[in-house]
Amino acid sequence: MEFFKQFAVPNPTPTIYLSMVAIGLTLIAVLAGITYFKKWGYLWSEWLTTVDHKRIGIMYLISALLMLFRGGVDALMMRAQTSMPGNELLSAAEYNEIFTTHGVVMIFFMAMAFITALMNFVVPLQIGARDVAFPRLNALSFWLYFMGAMLFNLSFVIGGSPSSGWTSYFPLAGNELSPHIGTNYYMIALQIAGLGTLITGINFIVTIFKMRAPGMKLMKMPLFTWSALITNLLITFAFPVLTVALAMGTMDRLFGTHFFTMDNGGMAMLWANFFWVWGHPEVYILVLPAFGIYSEVISTFSKRNLYGYTSMVVSIVVISTLAFLVWVHHFFTMGQGALVNSIFSITTMAIAIPTGIKIFNWLFTMWKGKIQFTVPMLYSLGFIPIFTIGGVTGVMLGIASADYQYHNTMFLVAHFHLVIIPGVVFAMLAGMTYWWPKMFGFMLNERIGKWAFWNIAIGTCLAFFPMFISGLDGQARRMYTYSEVAGFGIWNLLSFFGALGLAMGFILIVFNVYYSARYASRDIGDDPWDARTLEWATRTPVPEYNFAVTPQVDSREPLWDSKYEGKTLFKEEIKDIHMPNNSGQPFIMTIFFFVAGFGLVFSMWPVVYVAAAGIAVLLFIRSFERDDGRHIHAEEVRETENNKRGDTR
Amino acid sequence: MRELFPANQVIGFVASLALTVIALLVYFLDMSFTVGMVVLLLTAFTQAGLQLVVFMHAGESPDSDSIYLNTYYGIFIALAIVFGSLLAMVWGY
Ligand code: HEM
Ligand SMILES: [Cu+2]
Repeated sequence: MEFFKQFAVPNPTPTIYLSMVAIGLTLIAVLAGITYFKKWGYLWSEWLTTVDHKRIGIMYLISALLMLFRGGVDALMMRAQTSMPGNELLSAAEYNEIFTTHGVVMIFFMAMAFITALMNFVVPLQIGARDVAFPRLNALSFWLYFMGAMLFNLSFVIGGSPSSGWTSYFPLAGNELSPHIGTNYYMIALQIAGLGTLITGINFIVTIFKMRAPGMKLMKMPLFTWSALITNLLITFAFPVLTVALAMGTMDRLFGTHFFTMDNGGMAMLWANFFWVWGHPEVYILVLPAFGIYSEVISTFSKRNLYGYTSMVVSIVVISTLAFLVWVHHFFTMGQGALVNSIFSITTMAIAIPTGIKIFNWLFTMWKGKIQFTVPMLYSLGFIPIFTIGGVTGVMLGIASADYQYHNTMFLVAHFHLVIIPGVVFAMLAGMTYWWPKMFGFMLNERIGKWAFWNIAIGTCLAFFPMFISGLDGQARRMYTYSEVAGFGIWNLLSFFGALGLAMGFILIVFNVYYSARYASRDIGDDPWDARTLEWATRTPVPEYNFAVTPQVDSREPLWDSKYEGKTLFKEEIKDIHMPNNSGQPFIMTIFFFVAGFGLVFSMWPVVYVAAAGIAVLLFIRSFERDDGRHIHAEEVRETENNKRGDTR
Repeated sequence: MRELFPANQVIGFVASLALTVIALLVYFLDMSFTVGMVVLLLTAFTQAGLQLVVFMHAGESPDSDSIYLNTYYGIFIALAIVFGSLLAMVWGY
């Protein structure tokens, strides 16, 4: 009995017990369903062992949407709790766990997964490649992310969630002030998922440098690919800092070291420093792919080429460098001197310049264009004003002396949501809608999509604008309640309605997927949006080898030029195609990672040793394995291509 | 004969051994903390550069430009992080 006590949740409520039951039942239902419909073989051979970048992308997408749901429910609960002064829906302890989970899930498991989903699906197609450079590592990345996410989500029902914020600042996150195991989940789940992200970073840098179609010079790459390249560069240089910080934090918590403690020479603020050395580049890791998506979407639906391509590329590169030079603006108030704060204040404001350049380029692209108001375009149009408001308030926060007033208030919360929501969520929804036909062979319904957009756009404004006011009036962030005399009630109530609008929008999106899957036409051709870049030169649905023949590129918009300038993309004969083999190793290895992580959270050392040995054995097997891939013969390719041509369903 | 003898590799190998010995001296000889750290930093970075260029052939592939560019970027980021952290946590505090 003693043994099982450690798994109990520290603040159990009926909701948590209900969720336990619900999770258990869902799990049983899913497993039973798979068995009943005899889908285990299909699941294993087509998904769990796949190394195909398109399928991995789709798995990231599904996970991201699930995590968006999880994080969204957390958000609704928080907004419901604060919608009235003195509300008692949630206790202080629960509220702490919920905002922590919300932040971690949204940043690491929703936003990161969403950008990786689209990068996985689109980048190889956009550069005319057959897969990423290291397909099996790519599968490993996904499964590491997935297992990290699952481990973190488990904390809700086994052992209790972390509660010291998504930033997990020490000393609060240390053993003294957070004696419960919750923070172990944070440290270890993020370590596992972060490893996957780091591998993705390296994989995509190599892919983009080495696997572009002949003729695609760096300055001929589509902007989404450019933004993916720079994003992965940022990942590769920023994530090691997080890895190290998490490892030090883990050692403090599990092995009694003193990196971030208050005594014995520890330096608690060093955690905040490391966290933001990673954390600020991280916000650009999230937003740069979004910039790439907007560039594609805006030029497609303005029916003209992107204005100022070179300045777009230069500004991404400048942003990526500045992103590493501003992190101290997250703790201006921690007590360092005026000189330090001034330096970082200036670098912070400098970032607004390249960002502004991009905004103007998008506006100029639309200026003389013929704008089509499709759903992806609506998100792009909504992004510009809302993101600008978020950005301008960011510059306000960047003024160090003024930040003493704004810091840790709802004003900050309004700022970062108004950059992150249009900058990540809008972009991902735009990208998802835009590339959906390539992924699934049908288009999402435009009418329902527009309803969803308006709910989300208005919901965002309504949910976050009031926080500027209550924040300036002094409402602190992360407080579970406030008294009536404070006068924050009305602003928080408005904000709650905004959150409901957002929820309505997401429900509409889910409904749209269902509705379109059921009723939408499958006869959409290969290029339903009349787009400009190579991913639309493949067939729909995309065959596993992507391109029967490698395309030859000599401009920035190869597909457009082949459609309207009479250039030929595919000049060669169909030859045998070399493809990588599927493998179950990544999946199995990450199960060991999951088990090892679980063991570490609860300091169950035998479990850790066994799982670590499992990982080592698999690494060993992999090192001595010979796997030369396989060939799809020219005959077979020709047959598939002919079938596709005739097949309009 | 000249083409057959891997002079670069041999010199590189000897140099990397020498660098290791110098770094070890910090432990065996009695020097002040500052001198020791300076020796360690210098030998460590020279060693890393040597390995990268001589034994990992950074300059010999067709995309050596992007390899060097990435390396310089990495060095820049590392310096910014180290000195920025020192500035924020120690010097400017
Ligand atoms: C013009 C560009 C931007 C400027 C000048 C800026 C400035 C700032 C500053 C100074 C803070 C710290 C405020 C405080 O703690 O008192 C902050 C926080 C934050 N910013 Fe921005 N920002 C910008 C763009 C972005 C973007 C593009 C994102 C994400 C996509 C973002 C996400 C965040 C987040 C998540 C936080 C809060 C973190 C936390 O403490 O929990 N920002 N920003
Ligand atoms: Cu920042």
